[in-house]
Order: sequence, then C-alpha cells, then structure tokens
Amino acid sequence: MPATKLSKTAAHDHASRVFDLDQMSLRELNQALHNLTPGSNETAWEVLNPKGNHSVAVGVDQPITIDVRGSVGYYCGGMNSGSAITVHGSAGPGVGENMMSGSITVKGDASQYAGATGKGGLLVIEGNASSRCGISMKGIDIVVHGNIGHMSAFMAQSGNLVVLGDAGDALGDSIYEARLFVRGKVDSLGADCIAKEMRAEHLDLLQGLLDRAGVTGVKPTDFKRYGSARTLYNFNIDNADAY
Amino acid sequence: MTYRNPPTTPRKSATFDDYTLSEIRRAAATGIYDIRGAGAKRKLPHFDDLLFLGASISRYPLEGYRERCDTSVVLGSRHAKKPIELKIPITIAGMSFGSLSGPAKEALGRGATLSGTSTTTGDGGMTEEERGHSKTLVYQYLPSRYGMNLRDLRRADAIEVVVGQGAKPGGGGMLLGQKISDRVAEMRTLPKGIDQRSASRHPDWTGPDDLEIKILELREITDWEKPIYVKVGGARPYYDTALAVKAGADVVVVDGMQGGTAATQEVFIENVGQPTLACIRPAVQALQDLGMHRKVQLIVSGGIRNGADVAKALALGVDAVSIGTAALVALGDNDPRWEAEYNELGTTAGAYDDWHEGRDPAGITTQDPELMKRVDPVAAGRRLANYLKVMTLEAQTIARACGKNSLHNLEPEDLVALTIEAAAMAGVPLAGTNWIPGKNGF
Repeated sequence: MPATKLSKTAAHDHASRVFDLDQMSLRELNQALHNLTPGSNETAWEVLNPKGNHSVAVGVDQPITIDVRGSVGYYCGGMNSGSAITVHGSAGPGVGENMMSGSITVKGDASQYAGATGKGGLLVIEGNASSRCGISMKGIDIVVHGNIGHMSAFMAQSGNLVVLGDAGDALGDSIYEARLFVRGKVDSLGADCIAKEMRAEHLDLLQGLLDRAGVTGVKPTDFKRYGSARTLYNFNIDNADAY
Repeated sequence: MTYRNPPTTPRKSATFDDYTLSEIRRAAATGIYDIRGAGAKRKLPHFDDLLFLGASISRYPLEGYRERCDTSVVLGSRHAKKPIELKIPITIAGMSFGSLSGPAKEALGRGATLSGTSTTTGDGGMTEEERGHSKTLVYQYLPSRYGMNLRDLRRADAIEVVVGQGAKPGGGGMLLGQKISDRVAEMRTLPKGIDQRSASRHPDWTGPDDLEIKILELREITDWEKPIYVKVGGARPYYDTALAVKAGADVVVVDGMQGGTAATQEVFIENVGQPTLACIRPAVQALQDLGMHRKVQLIVSGGIRNGADVAKALALGVDAVSIGTAALVALGDNDPRWEAEYNELGTTAGAYDDWHEGRDPAGITTQDPELMKRVDPVAAGRRLANYLKVMTLEAQTIARACGKNSLHNLEPEDLVALTIEAAAMAGVPLAGTNWIPGKNGF
C-alpha cells in the first residue's frame, strides 16, 4: 500500500497529498513539507495516524492546508509560517509555538503553553487549553472556546487572547501590551494585570477575532477585557512586594 | 612636653572593606540592589594557577616557526548534516543587539570572519549587520525568544539553546529602559523605554526530557542540517553536560562565573555559579563517562584572556573556548583614551561596568546614536582579528613547546598547578609533587 498518494480534487486543480505516519517517518513528512516551493500545486495535505508524534508539521512556510487526523504530541505546527493546520484531535504541549503567520485549529483540547511566544497568525482551540496558554505571546491571536489554565498569558507582550470559558489563577502575570478577553470567570489576576474598560474599538476587535475563529452565537459584550496596569514597566523599589 | 602613648595605625576591617562599606551606603541611600555588567570581579582560582611543563628529556618539542601545529576544530559532527568547521578554537560568545550597539555587533562579525571563527547572536534577535558580516553565525534560542523567527533560524549556521549563563545561572536577561531604542523595541515586540527583564525559564519546555523534544523540533524545522548547542551556566557542570548530551546536543557550552553579562545584580554575579576552572573537569568527565568526549564538543567560556588560557582549557579536554568580555576590550571597551568621560561617570577606564545605562563612552554597550559612532566596525573588527591571531599564536607556541602538532593534543599531563585549590579543580598535580587532591583517596 503506498504511503502517500497524489490525487486531483475536482473542485480545484490542486493536488492533495495524504501522508500516513504509520507508513512513513516524521522526518519524511517534515522534509516533504519543507521541500514545497512557492506556487506548488500540492496545497492540500492530510496526515494520518499522528498518534501523539511530536513536531508534526513544524516550520512549514507555504500557504497550504494540513489536516492532521488524530492527536499530536509536543510542538505541532511550531513556527508555522502561513499554512493552515487543523488538528482533528487534541494537541500536546506547545502547539503553534512561535507561530509566525497562518492558522492552527485544534478540534480537541490543548496542553500547556499553547501558542507560546507566537508572533502572528491565529490559533483556535475548540476545547480547553491547559496552563500557560499564550505565554510570552508576541503578536499571535489565540481563541479558546473552552477554559484556560493557570498562568496563562504570562509575560504576554502583544496580540490577543480570547477565552469563551473561564481562566485559571494568575491570568496575565507580568503582562505587557497583549489584550486578554475572557467571557467567564477569572480565578485571579497575576501581577500588574487588571480589568480594563471595554471600548468600542475593543468590541470591534473582538468581533473580528470571533468571526475569524468561526465562533457564532457569542457577543463581544459578554466579555471582560484585561491588560497591563503598566506599573511594573520600569523598576521601582516600592513595587518590590508585587513580585 | 607631655608623653603620648604611641598610637596604633588606623586599621580597616578585612570583612568591612572600603568596597563593602560603599555598597552598604549606596544600598541605604537608594533602596535598590546594584546592577552592573561584566562577570565576577572577585579573585578566583583561574588558569593563572596552572603552568605547562614544556618539553624535556622525555618529551621533545616541535620547531616553533617550522613545524605545523593545527588549530582547526569541527563543531556539531554528532547529528548535524552541516557541522561547523572553524580555523581556530576560539569563538565569539553570544551578546545581544540591544545590550551592544549595531556597529559593535558588526565588528564582532567582521573580526570573527577574518579569523575563520564564529560569532553568536544574543537575547535580541539576529540583525542584518551581524548576519551580513558573519561567515559563521550561531543563533541563540533563548527563554525570551525576542526576535525569534523561522527565516533567521534557517539562515543561521548553528543554533544555541541557552539554558543559562555563567554570570547568572538561574537568572534571565535584563535590559533597562534607557537602552530600548525604537529599533530594539521593535525587534523585541515591546514598548520603547520600558525595563525588559527576560524570562529565566524557557516558556515551552521544562527539564531534560522536554529539552530532548525541543531539540527534536529544532532539528525537524531545520531538516537536521544545523549543529545544536546547549549552553549552561557553570552551576552543575557534570550533570548539566550529561543531561544536555542525553537531550541530543551536538555541542555543550559551559560558561563559568567570570563570564560577562550586559546587566545583572552584583549580588548574583559574585555569588552564584562556579569559576570556569572548576567547571571544566566535571564537564569533560561527564562526556568521558558517556563515551562522548570529542564526539559531542565542549566549549568553555568565562575569563579567557590569552593564548595560555586557551591552551590550558584545551589541555583539560575542552574542544573550543568562547570569549565575550575580552572581545569587547579588543573592540575598544574600557579604553583609557576615554578616561575623562569615565571619570564623569564616576568610574575609571578598566573598571567601567555600568553597561546597562547605555552611556558607554566607547560606544559599544549603548544605543545612543552619537556614542555608537565611535565604533568603526571595520577597524574594530580588524583589532578583534589581530587579537584572535595573537591568542592563537600564543596557544600554538605553548603546544609546540609541549611537543604537540595540534592544540587538541594538549593534555592534563602537560599541566601542574600552583595552588592546592587549582590542583583539585583542574585535577592536575600540585607543582613539585605528584599530589592531585581528591585522587587516590586523599
């Protein structure tokens, strides 16, 4: 049985490619993805039997779609640049870490550090995300349909984190300029993170994020906004108790 | 005339010396710890406490100016498809754009390239200046991930996962607001003018088992082409080296406490970590115990100043050394020509370490556009290349005297120690004896 097959789809004159990780190695998958050049017509990829493999579809830099049929281990879609990855299962730690652009959708839950240090693109978790979601985020947009764990958005620098459910303890600890929108309850806020006024510009921004993430039936006005109080931006000895 | 008893000479305390008293007064006045650059300044057992034996009746030397003494080294041959080949075993350590000016980074790249060696980015991303002027550039993968991006990762020649640094094992980077220019702020995705205290832990892995998975990811992203280094501060060199090897490192970098920093608390620099000399033998031992010595390369840094230091480090089993502070001095840091300006800053040439303030008269540790003009990248790069050449010649001189046709053939048996401490740390005999403290049960 061939491990990969090429077929022309009827709707588009683009080739789809099926890659079975039971038959071929992770190395072969990632190398094949990296070998793609701009303008390649192999724009639709499907990965079968990921079975918790780490580093599935990392460092992809072409605007292709990748459907991963199952759950993945650490760092799926790491450093993604422009591809649209869908994980039809759950994702291990660090899904979409340092994503540059493109999108990653996880149909199930995500483990720790989802979207860590992401520079751009959109990460959607349709289930829950664990602790440290959006840690050190630097421009990525993250939308979580469920809840997120403790220490999420720790040292978050920029970008937007949208949570339809609840957030755990110490949300946004030592946050910089990232914006956090939470619809449910927040167990506690971290150092220098405060609730902020939701102005019209934020409602517009949030609606756009919800639209991009395919969220329906939820109003931006249901959310509260959190961000930096900016009191720890320059060291002041009188703030030492905050750390 | 009345008789007066002979007075005693006023006596200052060895414990409460002048520096200590001044620090207590400074702390009392400001309420904040002292922050500074550079590495440990206290006196530590170091390479100066070791001597080479040279050739004698039982060992014959090589002709100083005729017989070849190889200096080249290959780094990253364990897993990488494209290992790094260097002409000399002296590399330039990671120093960030942000802590250093653009011209200083360019000069480091120029000097390293002229010398056939590598230079390294830092906690601020890769600049065009240094990529463009560095034939071989090591890209640091740091907890902050400032400026980390796929394109730069792929155009690097090697990747260095930074776990810690010798000046502050367990501490994160620090770049204070006065040095955050528009360009620095943009590269780090942070507002201009705020204090940046980088994370001390990586955001998406913890511990050796995760590190193995992280290294796998970096290899997959870069198609197993690039050597992956793991850099640790000199904390637990035996175990850190062993764990880095287990996690899959091609190269382990161990940075002792004399290794510099752009900005850290004085108390941290002087009281956390181990001297470079104390780190080498445990790291080498870990590689030997795993059967990986010379297969995973070991780079040591922290207080390397001359060819003798290079030769001694290599004799103890190191594959290459790295210099940071010394390279900055070669560029012009702490040059007495700026003495008047150092005095205005309340210091003197040779002691200036307020690198975090961004007012460096030499134009190196600053983002001030006027000050940084004082660094001519071409001339400064040439000075660095000259200095590297001298260090290499010095190391070769010693190696030939010890009868070695390659720097890497130097061995611990070529060394003795001047102090018991150095003998114990380096695992070589105290001079004039056959006593290696700790060996053979005593």
